Amino acid sequence: MYKTTYHRASSVEEAASLISGADDGKLLAGGQTLIPTMKQRLAAPSDVVDLRHIADLKGISVAGSTVTIGAGTTHADVANSAEVRSACPALADLASNIGDPHVRNMGTIGGSIANNDPAADYPAAMVALNATIHTNSRQIGADDFFTGMFETALNDGEIITAVSFDAPEKAAYQKFPNPASRYAMAGVFVAKSGGGVRVGVTGAGSDGVFRASNMESALSASFSGGALDGASVDPSDMLSDLHGSSEYRANLVKVMAKRAVEAAG
Amino acid sequence: MGAEGIGARIARKEDKRFITGKGRYTDDMVVPGMKHAMFVRSPHAHAKITGINKDAALAVPGVIDVLDGKQLTEDGIGNLICGWMIHSKDGSPMNMGAWRPLADDKVRYVGDAVAIVVADTKAQAREGAEAVQVDYEELPSATDIEAAMADGAPQIHDEAANNLIYDWEIGESTATDAALASAAHVTEMDIVNNRLIPNAMEPRAALGLYDEAEDHYTCWTTSQNPHVARLVMSAFYNVAPENKLRVIAPDVGGGFGSKIFIYPEEVVCLWASRRTGVPVKWVADRTESFLCDAHGRDHISNVKIGFDSENRITALKVDTIANLGAYMSLFSSSVPTYLYATLLSGQYNIANIHANVRTVYTNTAPVDAYRGAGRPEACYLIERVMETAARELGVSPAELRRKNFVTEFPHQTPVIMAYDAGDFGASLDAAMQAADYSGFAARKAEAAGRGKLRGIGMSCYIEACGIAPSQAVGALGAGVGLWESAEVRVNAVGTIEVLTGSHSHGQGHETTFAQLVADRLGVGIDTVSIVHGDTDKVQMGMGTYGSRSGAVGMSAISVALDKVEAKAKKIAAHLMEADEADIEIDSGELKVAGTDKTLPWFQMALAAYTAHNLPEGMEPGLKETAFFDPANFTFPAGCYICEVEIDPDTGVTEVVQFVASDDFGTIINPMIVEGQVHGGVVQGIGQAMLEGCAYDAESGQLLTASYMDYTMPRADDIPSIDVSTTKTECPSNPLGMKGCGEAGAIGSPPAVINAITDAIGNNDLTMPATPQTVWAAINR
Ligand SMILES: Cc1cc2nc3c(=O)[nH]c(=O)nc-3n(C[C@H](O)[C@H](O)[C@H](O)COP(=O)(O)OP(=O)(O)OC[C@H]3O[C@@H](n4cnc5c(N)ncnc54)[C@H](O)[C@@H]3O)c2cc1C
Repeated sequence: MYKTTYHRASSVEEAASLISGADDGKLLAGGQTLIPTMKQRLAAPSDVVDLRHIADLKGISVAGSTVTIGAGTTHADVANSAEVRSACPALADLASNIGDPHVRNMGTIGGSIANNDPAADYPAAMVALNATIHTNSRQIGADDFFTGMFETALNDGEIITAVSFDAPEKAAYQKFPNPASRYAMAGVFVAKSGGGVRVGVTGAGSDGVFRASNMESALSASFSGGALDGASVDPSDMLSDLHGSSEYRANLVKVMAKRAVEAAG
Repeated sequence: MGAEGIGARIARKEDKRFITGKGRYTDDMVVPGMKHAMFVRSPHAHAKITGINKDAALAVPGVIDVLDGKQLTEDGIGNLICGWMIHSKDGSPMNMGAWRPLADDKVRYVGDAVAIVVADTKAQAREGAEAVQVDYEELPSATDIEAAMADGAPQIHDEAANNLIYDWEIGESTATDAALASAAHVTEMDIVNNRLIPNAMEPRAALGLYDEAEDHYTCWTTSQNPHVARLVMSAFYNVAPENKLRVIAPDVGGGFGSKIFIYPEEVVCLWASRRTGVPVKWVADRTESFLCDAHGRDHISNVKIGFDSENRITALKVDTIANLGAYMSLFSSSVPTYLYATLLSGQYNIANIHANVRTVYTNTAPVDAYRGAGRPEACYLIERVMETAARELGVSPAELRRKNFVTEFPHQTPVIMAYDAGDFGASLDAAMQAADYSGFAARKAEAAGRGKLRGIGMSCYIEACGIAPSQAVGALGAGVGLWESAEVRVNAVGTIEVLTGSHSHGQGHETTFAQLVADRLGVGIDTVSIVHGDTDKVQMGMGTYGSRSGAVGMSAISVALDKVEAKAKKIAAHLMEADEADIEIDSGELKVAGTDKTLPWFQMALAAYTAHNLPEGMEPGLKETAFFDPANFTFPAGCYICEVEIDPDTGVTEVVQFVASDDFGTIINPMIVEGQVHGGVVQGIGQAMLEGCAYDAESGQLLTASYMDYTMPRADDIPSIDVSTTKTECPSNPLGMKGCGEAGAIGSPPAVINAITDAIGNNDLTMPATPQTVWAAINR
């Protein structure tokens, strides 16, 4: 009933061919989302294609101002990377606050953005940093990549290979954790660069990660916490659950955004 | 006393095996031929079972059998019962509906057990359980008190019209009303005590073994009271007569009350073992623990307290409704009555008290005793209303309390309890000093400078522990007596085994009970072994709950030790040709007072067993039993002070100081007592700020069924806790002990909420005070 066939891929090409040959296959990265889902029997893939042994998917490189992070890079590796810490300390901070040490040492950036959990941290950063998502067949801008809760622009069997972005002038991430799960209940990533200011919000929106465009224009005019005093967040666009009403989340988005701007300096 | 006696702060003997992963829990038990079970559980809150089709499940490889409620009924297995009879104020007995170990006609909550699947492996059992096809006809459900009591509410049990189980009262209604009417000031509040899920670290488990040759059953299970489990399964559930049923509770990883009760699973595993001919093991997964362990609390109340013109309390009137869930669990009826309303006098002199308590069925997990059981609800109510009254009267909360403290003992309250000893002012003073209460205003101003709201709150709790006098609880409806038993066996080489009916599931009995023996006989604790948790080894016992193992369980050991000492002295006197009255026991020797004659303890023991030279007419051997039944409850009391800082933008609340000053009477091991207070306070802060069980009102699904949604306290939620004690001895047991297992969970929630409401200047706040709740209260 729940049998699954495990495959270990040693290259992206091999993984692509294994997944396209599978009946109802799933790619496996850190397994921090997929394995619990399978244990709860909410997912029952016929085949699992393990990406963890593909060297090409791992690692961090900086060329000029462009930072590239392999899809298979763990949260811990991003958190501890000297390159990331100097190019974009906000991203290293974000990674260091995902889950617990076990999750950070197993979970990967590719798995996180492929999953696009509405309360995950990385999507806010990808959107705010205007990152490019590289796959085995194309490149997708972050604005087009995240298409709704647990939804992305990925086609069936398409494999994320890396993400890249230009180091921002200033950036910061502020996360308000859900008291129980400690996923984001409102996580705001603010990034300022030559192209202006971008604000990515996770955890709060009723349709997953989004850009707070009114905040972006206020901050483009004046990059200061005070600039957000007049910015409003519409509760009707927010999630509402046991842990936070939509009004509360709307408030948190604003408070976290201000704090992020202040932290970015 | 010696280095290992009463009062010694020594490391726990049992921790070596726990810390090194060598504990032996029910799931570690393996017997030849053992198979695995999975329960089929109701996905609906309320539904009729219209059919069960087992064909597909029986076809799953490895599945041995699928058994359902009809078969259980055919075999004469009885209903699960509530063992404490409560009569409504009109004299009628409580309206108890039937609880079948496997539902046969109707399911009444999400998780209700419908069938058991036994298979070679756990995975196969699980696959089999998914393949059992149960047809349900869904019925409307009610999960909270108001919905269950509304006109036209779904009828959950035929026996309980309008879902009302009983309508009970205590105290004088007319006199209380009159005193309230003439009071100079009345404070009135509506109070909710939030529902909690226990979350013991070890999930419940059972291994049932039927031995056909002997027609005998053995049950390994996660129980706080194996003898009570055997008694109830034998006398009421028809599993087997007591002499044909052995219950073993090996190492148990926490209970907090939730493992007192006898649940369907252990009964069904035993029965299924006979039906299938194989030993059957079931271990709950975490989801089953959330769904099916008995939950705690869940009260709504209205309280009125009246004061005279000098701020002395004249009357207290309480109207409470408690949610008992879908079935009446073993002690459920006693929790919101005799364990709750009898403590409503708090630490105060109150001439008139009346409480009315109604309990209702709902489509939720059964609710029963959880750390504190009734007393946290009473303490929360009285300590919230005292703090509120002080604010309304414009007086210091500490002074309002102090003015009303009971100061003379014994003190008869109007609600049964007679407080035997205490010094409430001493605890209050100690806590206020430790908390630097007078420096609060400066700390608040400093916090305001940082944009933080700082608040302080206190709670002066009293509780009744060592649950206790058999005659008294019998008169109040208990189906059992609440004594405890002990047997002290001195071996021929002088080492000692103590068999106790108390059960340790984290409390450290192997250490503290040995400390008592070390204290009395002057031997090292390594020569003393504590034996518990097996009905074939220990004579009889009532188990561990209500902080009773020290006050009642150790008292039984103490009385048995009296008998051992008396006989040992006779033997020693005989061997040393001295007068029995001159024999002293000291440092592992029997000495003749005023001489240098001594007899080592082990030589006396050997003499008792060789029996070559015993006093005329004395029986050989050295082994004594005692059953101890105390004269009264014990009354631990104390004062807790909590200080919080709140971020007004987000409602995030940090407990920045927590002070606990407790009076537990005699303390055996201060380190263990501190650990108990720490754990209790953490659970209390959990209740106050983090933990809130929620069911979906529409579907009746449990919304907080995992740690993704149910917030257990974590280390970074908890401050360093300042723990200290004051002491008045309990006069009703030989050791002067009061018990410390529940105090922390009882005293802390009102202190926390009093502090938060003080900080935000809004008293309208319900637990758990999560960031969202606090933020909403600030902005109301
Ligand atoms: C206890 C716990 C706490 C957590 N807390 C947080 C938190 O605070 N914040 C947060 O953001 N996350 C949190 N997570 C989630 C964590 O970050 C996961 O690691 C992440 O969501 C998934 O990454 P993974 O590498 O484990 O992916 P997997 O679980 O292996 O896969 C997830 C999904 O992505 C797909 N996938 C994986 N890699 C690729 C790829 N290269 N290309 C295409 N598809 C791919 C898989 O097929 C699968 O559908 C937590 C998880 C746990 C268990």
